[in-house]
Amino acid sequence: MKNIVKRYGDGFLAVNDVSLDVADGEFVILVGPSGCGKSTLLRMIVGLEDITSGDMLIDGNRVNDKAPRDRNLSMVFQNYALYPHLSVFENIAFPLRLKRVADDEVKARVHEAAEMLELTEHLDRRPANLSGGQRQRVAMGRAIVRKAAAFLFDEPLSNLDAKLRGQMRTEISRMQRQLGTTTVYVTHDQTEAMTLGDRIAVLRKGLLQQVGTPYELYEGPVNLFVAGFIGSPPMNFIPGRLSGGRLETPFGTHPVKSERMRGVGDRELVILGIRPQHFEDASLMSAEKRDRGQPFNATVDVTEWLGDELYAYVPYEAPAQVTKQLQELERELDSEQMRTQLVVSLDPASRIRSGSTAELWFDTERVHVFDPATGENLTRTSDLASDQAPADVTDDGSPGVTASG
Amino acid sequence: MGGQRTSHWWTVWGALILVWALFPLLWMVSLSFKDPNTFRSQTPTFFPSKWVWTNYQTVFSDTLFTSAFRNSVGISLIATGFAVVVAMFAAYAIARLDFPGKRLLLSMALAIAMFPQAALVGPLFNMWRSLGIYDTWLGLIIPYLTFALPLSIWTMSAFFRQIPWEMEQAAQVDGATAWQAFRKVIVPLAAPGVFTTAILTFFYCWNEFLFAISLTSTDRARTVPAALSFFTGASQFQSPVTAIMAASVVVTIPVVILVLLFQRRIVAGLTAGAVKG
Repeated sequence: MKNIVKRYGDGFLAVNDVSLDVADGEFVILVGPSGCGKSTLLRMIVGLEDITSGDMLIDGNRVNDKAPRDRNLSMVFQNYALYPHLSVFENIAFPLRLKRVADDEVKARVHEAAEMLELTEHLDRRPANLSGGQRQRVAMGRAIVRKAAAFLFDEPLSNLDAKLRGQMRTEISRMQRQLGTTTVYVTHDQTEAMTLGDRIAVLRKGLLQQVGTPYELYEGPVNLFVAGFIGSPPMNFIPGRLSGGRLETPFGTHPVKSERMRGVGDRELVILGIRPQHFEDASLMSAEKRDRGQPFNATVDVTEWLGDELYAYVPYEAPAQVTKQLQELERELDSEQMRTQLVVSLDPASRIRSGSTAELWFDTERVHVFDPATGENLTRTSDLASDQAPADVTDDGSPGVTASG
Repeated sequence: MGGQRTSHWWTVWGALILVWALFPLLWMVSLSFKDPNTFRSQTPTFFPSKWVWTNYQTVFSDTLFTSAFRNSVGISLIATGFAVVVAMFAAYAIARLDFPGKRLLLSMALAIAMFPQAALVGPLFNMWRSLGIYDTWLGLIIPYLTFALPLSIWTMSAFFRQIPWEMEQAAQVDGATAWQAFRKVIVPLAAPGVFTTAILTFFYCWNEFLFAISLTSTDRARTVPAALSFFTGASQFQSPVTAIMAASVVVTIPVVILVLLFQRRIVAGLTAGAVKG
């Protein structure tokens, strides 16, 4: 449906050479830390922001110079932007009124939308008298009555509290499936991105990093940035060395068996990415599984028991050259870690407690190896995507990413 | 208990200020009902000993007043209308657009508002005479506009700035042209600002005296404040004071009515609920 190459500049490049194809009916998420240009990109799609260069195509037509009203897109704003002087009914009807739609049709369509969003009993009220979630639904109602070619959402849930956010997330997902409308959704929240999207586009400083299904991004991130952004708690990055089929880490030396890792060859310094979920308490494992990796002893600093999970924190010393790189990454990802530590997610039945020494295990098969200088993932195999990805999304080969500095 | 005491203090203060402000007004009303021949009595009383309507009859039978009243209404309404429309567009541009010289424009407007009007009266008098608009409605409307616009632009641009940008962008995405977005979203939201500005401008034109007395010479364009100074009594032996008071009461009434009418509209907070709460 679209084939966008956009470059945007006002002093600095907010969005740099981004190409993205959104298929008809697809739910695409633009995600990245604050200031990565995702909102700018969305506003360029809808026409509120000028495109410096490149082409924006909707249904094959170039729309770069078209006014927002001629693009037939509808948008939900972060702060909803409801018209306070109009009732809920008139708010939803506003786009139809502008098109001079006949009165009975307006009524029918507004009621249809209101019913879908369970707003029927609020139609006569003013936005000021509604709760946050209701306002959010009114904004969505205004977007859907138009029967626009696509919906654009600009961080629609960021003003809601955590519980409501979860509910609205499901609501948006249900609505999109029901209507089958192409949707582009901007968020900085990786949970929203993972749960809502058919495909996710990760942006960093205006550059598209990777486009893929949630599964692809989780299992095969192209670089450190994507790896650190997707997943919660975030992936652990630890320094390591590859030599002679052995993986040396601050947590012992582990034999490497798989082709995937061998392909990397010998390297003096690499950054290893291991998800907290891929660690386990060695004492609770079956012997068979245990043999696939190498248990190691570690001093657990703090544990957090959440009922369904147990998080353990294991501090370690990292060489200075890696620390610097990792700190930079942390800053970009909007988080700030005070010390180098492993975050480990364990079986809640584990008896490991704060301050004790524990025998931990990790799955060497699922370790990602990153080049410390470029951040590139050295173990990402292109067949991984096609291997196990949910098959309902058509993805033409590797994502159409161009990352030129 | 402390809270109670402070609130008492506020009541006392309020009463004092009210008396201070209302006393001249009450006196004006009281005088306007006194008998013009006997209002200077040996034992002055605050309220008239005998209530009479003769002053009002005198005022309304005097063409000096009736024509002045007509002029006042006409000139004030036209000047206000123009000022509001022009100020609305100017303020919108200032609040929304970034153009070179914006700061200069705003400070110029302020400079005009600070300019002493008395210094302009002489030159204007000569100019108006040679242009042939001396003693006409236009001759008064132009200077009124000049001095009313700066304040109007400042107040309105403040109101426009409070309206979130997203409102307008949402309207545009919803299919509105720039003009439709302005008319259907921005103007209704800025209504309190528009009314406030309109009322302030109207009061200014209504009460203005210096230009009114200097740039007019006959009934053609003389407004009420200027006309009042030309009042005489029913006969030349009669003091005009009570009649002037009656005229003052008459010109005060529209102002009071306006304030009461629009008081409700001059409330901020119409934008409540537009964005996240």
